[in-house]
Amino acid sequence: MPIWLDLIVRVVAVVAAFLVLPLVVGQAEHKVMAHMQGRLGPMYAGAFHGWAQLVADGVKFVQKEDVAPGEADRRVFRLAPIVALFPYLLVLLAIPLGPNGLVAQGLDVGLFFVLAVLGVGVLAVLMSAWASANKYSLLGGLRGAAQLLGYELPLVLAAASVAMAAGTLSLPGIVEAWRPWWLLWQAPAAIVFFVAGLAEIRRPPFDMPIADSELVFGYMTEYTGLRFAFFLLAEYVGIIVIAALTTVLFLGGWHGPFADQLGWLWTLVKIFAVSFVIIWLRVSFPRLREDQLQRLCWLVLVPLALAQLVLTAAVRVLT
Amino acid sequence: MSDDGERSTPGKGLVQGLAVTLKTMTQRTTTQQYPDVEPELPPRSRGVIALLEENCTVCMLCARECPDWCIYIDSHKEEVVVPGAARSRQRNVLDRFDIDFSLCMYCGICIEVCPFDALHWTPEFEYAETDVLDLLHSKDRLGDWMRTVPPPPAHDVLGEPSKEEATAARKAAGPGAATAAKTARPAARRPAAAAPPAKAAGEEPAKAAGDEQAKPGSGEAERER
Repeated sequence: MPIWLDLIVRVVAVVAAFLVLPLVVGQAEHKVMAHMQGRLGPMYAGAFHGWAQLVADGVKFVQKEDVAPGEADRRVFRLAPIVALFPYLLVLLAIPLGPNGLVAQGLDVGLFFVLAVLGVGVLAVLMSAWASANKYSLLGGLRGAAQLLGYELPLVLAAASVAMAAGTLSLPGIVEAWRPWWLLWQAPAAIVFFVAGLAEIRRPPFDMPIADSELVFGYMTEYTGLRFAFFLLAEYVGIIVIAALTTVLFLGGWHGPFADQLGWLWTLVKIFAVSFVIIWLRVSFPRLREDQLQRLCWLVLVPLALAQLVLTAAVRVLT
Repeated sequence: MSDDGERSTPGKGLVQGLAVTLKTMTQRTTTQQYPDVEPELPPRSRGVIALLEENCTVCMLCARECPDWCIYIDSHKEEVVVPGAARSRQRNVLDRFDIDFSLCMYCGICIEVCPFDALHWTPEFEYAETDVLDLLHSKDRLGDWMRTVPPPPAHDVLGEPSKEEATAARKAAGPGAATAAKTARPAARRPAAAAPPAKAAGEEPAKAAGDEQAKPGSGEAERER
């Protein structure tokens, strides 16, 4: 295969995954949340159990007027949704789907790249918050900045633990080195990573930057139409990304029966299972208070991640 | 995070919360697919009021008892010549019978007071209008609703017999026979209530007389007594 065709196939595959998987997760959220609340959820769009609800939502968003507030810093205001969405697309590039190089772009420093790019998200939050010229947006954005910067630390520490255990920063390399007993050994790191990841994508119960009952809609208050849809899409791609990273780092990615042929399926199954848990947590738990959020981060997650790091280092040195 | 001193195990509440949502997900939903599936309304649902015009004698009781005066009645008198009778009789003819459902509060008093069962509850509720004036249902529209009146519920076997049944039984037995209260439900009566029948028998005519006052120009059945 010529290199340019190879490149096109990989990019198209990633973009397709980027556009399809969030819709699947979004639809699953509609339905799972509804049934967990004793409802049916969307039933009309697409005639069969509302399967086209998100497509209809997308069409609606496209039709809406793109409003920018008069006081807004227009250029930054318009750029922010793209900045929110784009890092996730880049992260998807580095996530291995199956063994034998089934990855869009296998990087030797994949983990480092992924964590670095995920950190760009805070920039989008601050950009949208500041450029909206709205006090609720600003409050939400500052909350978001505090939250994202705080939770970056346990996220990175937990990921460092598994990288140390595997002895590599390459994501396919980590999956390759993964053994089932790591589930036990790396369990604290997995929990810390998952919780910090939830906070990173600002999902309930960590949605204080959005907090619609206090801050209208946080940094998204002033957004309409397609730009608002981009923010929503970013949230659902975020679910996919955090679920995929948890899968790759802690749940053994493609490991499972017939991994050589069905590795990609195992990865997807695990990603959707973790996504289900993310939805489940959203339905079950109320939003934390802002001080509880910071307490959880600095007094629970960071010490736990550090302890895990010490444990991992000890095991690596001794064995 | 901090003040959970008296809580037994940390995280127990979190797990319980997860269990509740998971259990709810596996159970049947309570959603009613209303426009697609008709709701199952309880018996005696109060949807709209139907008018059986033939039963109406224009006694105006409903219009007068209506708390918000939403029943409008017009009528005129008609001469009815009965062959063989000494003089012609007069009859009330209903010209207009409107109920304004934008005012109606569905108390059901008009239906309760109607002496001749001309008004009925029906469970139909889909008569919303875009113009409030269209909520004034005319005689014909109220008559249309009669199609939707459900059959009356079966009589309670342990309850008192209906007045019509009791009267019919008394008439069939002829004058001087036992009254309805003595005969109608010997099985259901309590042994201690041996004396009350006399009282009940005394009440019966009084109640009938009270009814008679309420229905001017009616009461052939009662008058025979």
